[in-house]
Amino acid sequence: MNIIVCLKPAPDPKHWDSIQLDPVTKALKREGIPSVLGPLDKRALEEGLRIKEKHGGKVMAMAMAPPSAKDNLVEALAMGADEGYLLSDRAFAGSDTWATSLVLSRGIAKLGSFDIILCGSYSLDGSTGHVGAQLAEFLGILNVTQVVAVESIEGGKIRTRSLVELGYRILESRLPTLLTVTREINTPRFTSLLGVIEAESKPLITWSAADLGISADEVGFKGSPTQTGGIFLPEIKRQVEMISGEPEEMVKEIIRKIRQALG
Amino acid sequence: MPADKLDEWKGIWVFTEQEENCLSEISLELLSAAKILASKKGETEISALLLGHGVKALAEQLLVYGADRVFLADHFSLAKYLTLPYTRVVCELIRRKKPEFFLLPATSLGSDLASRVAARINTGLSAHCTQLDINDQGELMQVVPAFGGKVMATILCQNHRPQMATVRPGVFRRGEPRQKKGTIEDVSVEIKLEDENQKVVEIQWEKKPMQSIEEAEIVVAGGAGIGSREDWKLLERLAENLQGAVGGTRPPLDEGWIAESQMIGQSGKTIRPKLYIGVGISGVIQHVVGIQDAKIIIAINNNPQAAIFQTADLGVVGDFRKVVPLLIEELKKRDNPAP
Ligand SMILES: Cc1cc2nc3c(=O)[nH]c(=O)nc-3n(C[C@H](O)[C@H](O)[C@H](O)COP(=O)(O)OP(=O)(O)OC[C@H]3O[C@@H](n4cnc5c(N)ncnc54)[C@H](O)[C@@H]3O)c2cc1C
Repeated sequence: MNIIVCLKPAPDPKHWDSIQLDPVTKALKREGIPSVLGPLDKRALEEGLRIKEKHGGKVMAMAMAPPSAKDNLVEALAMGADEGYLLSDRAFAGSDTWATSLVLSRGIAKLGSFDIILCGSYSLDGSTGHVGAQLAEFLGILNVTQVVAVESIEGGKIRTRSLVELGYRILESRLPTLLTVTREINTPRFTSLLGVIEAESKPLITWSAADLGISADEVGFKGSPTQTGGIFLPEIKRQVEMISGEPEEMVKEIIRKIRQALG
Repeated sequence: MPADKLDEWKGIWVFTEQEENCLSEISLELLSAAKILASKKGETEISALLLGHGVKALAEQLLVYGADRVFLADHFSLAKYLTLPYTRVVCELIRRKKPEFFLLPATSLGSDLASRVAARINTGLSAHCTQLDINDQGELMQVVPAFGGKVMATILCQNHRPQMATVRPGVFRRGEPRQKKGTIEDVSVEIKLEDENQKVVEIQWEKKPMQSIEEAEIVVAGGAGIGSREDWKLLERLAENLQGAVGGTRPPLDEGWIAESQMIGQSGKTIRPKLYIGVGISGVIQHVVGIQDAKIIIAINNNPQAAIFQTADLGVVGDFRKVVPLLIEELKKRDNPAP
């Protein structure tokens, strides 16, 4: 079983206060801000490792990110991934979900054959939830979004339970299939000291746009169908009445306001 | 590759969702959104796309709620949503009819379809828009909170068509029904081999665990400031005493204190209760866009600088661990007046 897990290293939310916007390109300037793996991406990796433990095969972790994201891939290797692939090139900067999915699809195509691809349902920062399904489209394979459980893999088919608005859908899909996973699917393992040591000897390969046969105008700002048209501060303001002091007094005020709302 | 002859792309399309022969509320909300855009654009036709099996009656309903035309793809292979057949039917239709704007629900199935269609057609897609407008060039301005929720960003899709956006339930309100007018156009559907690759084994409807936050008149919401599952129970008790529903920001979802359906904001629900009480919430845009239509907003936060106070009617500066238990006591007293 060849399992590919796509990870998106994102700026650590603890440092979002210091993210700056480039006034000209409207791109994020995130120099010096450490990147972390999103909680859902870690769950995607965990699920990949569990599938491997049950069905055999290997797990390949892939990320499209700046060179500094190597650390995040090393973390994935330490958790148990067998190989790491970093797709990194200045030309990729500014890619929207469409262009990001395109880059990932070329990286995966270069790897060759695969049975299951796992992604998080949403990334930590962009949070559009589009990349999984778009990547599957570019690869011409099936996808299932918001998977909460992999129920079985048998006879070239995978049975999944996924989240929809009013309940769950049980689907049976022919492999290869791409799954995007949600928070409920598992609890990711901790990295062991042994894992960290082993990670050092595992392959970690970087591919540039040229390695992937991607031309600069297919991706990045140029290749992205969407553009950021402008940034503005929203005007959402109310006349606030502020109170502080003794809790008893404040509670009285709150009750008065509740009455007003419901009256 | 950008679309050529941009001016050939005309009209506003709405993807309408149905489940077990019922239209979802968001479908009607999207028709309202389309109407607002159409009135700004002038002389623009609104088309609804309806896919399913035995759903002709729903197509009639869409004409009542504002569609000028319904593209109806009625076929047994479309009875339940499946990514590939739905994508194929929608993409074939887009290529033939060339819509300028295409709105879809930001539900789990709507987002799945929107992503897949945008990739196949090679066009842009913005997620979870909280506002839609049209600029001087007649382009769709898709507004989403950005950069950690500090600012709003306008997303444009200038050289590709259609311009696609997903919209969360609750952002627009459904319109009043009108005298039915417009036409239903049948779309032919053929079965392909790929349709066999995936099947729905079962759909399990979950009984709604609690009052849904969109319907509740009172919503008590908590944020990261609550700190623990133990303290979260305080909020649930407060909601109980007010006969309201419990919601929250993203960190409580990540912590597992609330379910996906309880998150309020850009990627969660938009609510319009009579009363919203936000506890331990800092008030970044991504949350606040979901509560701005509440009639009265009360915020409890121990930091007097918290942004939520700018959007509140009553700002309570204090530790919720002191204020909320007292508030619950007081509400109890009032419910059971001593004899
Ligand atoms: C693309 C994207 C989409 C997002 N979508 C959403 C969304 O739909 N909805 C959403 O909510 N978030 C969303 N977020 C997350 C959002 O950016 C914020 O991270 C989140 O809303 C912050 O939640 P919070 O206010 O609960 O936490 P914090 O910002 O950590 O605030 C906690 C507050 O609690 C107060 N506090 C602490 N202790 C106490 C105490 N004892 N008593 C009283 N007050 C106390 C603190 O002063 C602080 O103000 C999204 C983020 C991204 C990137």
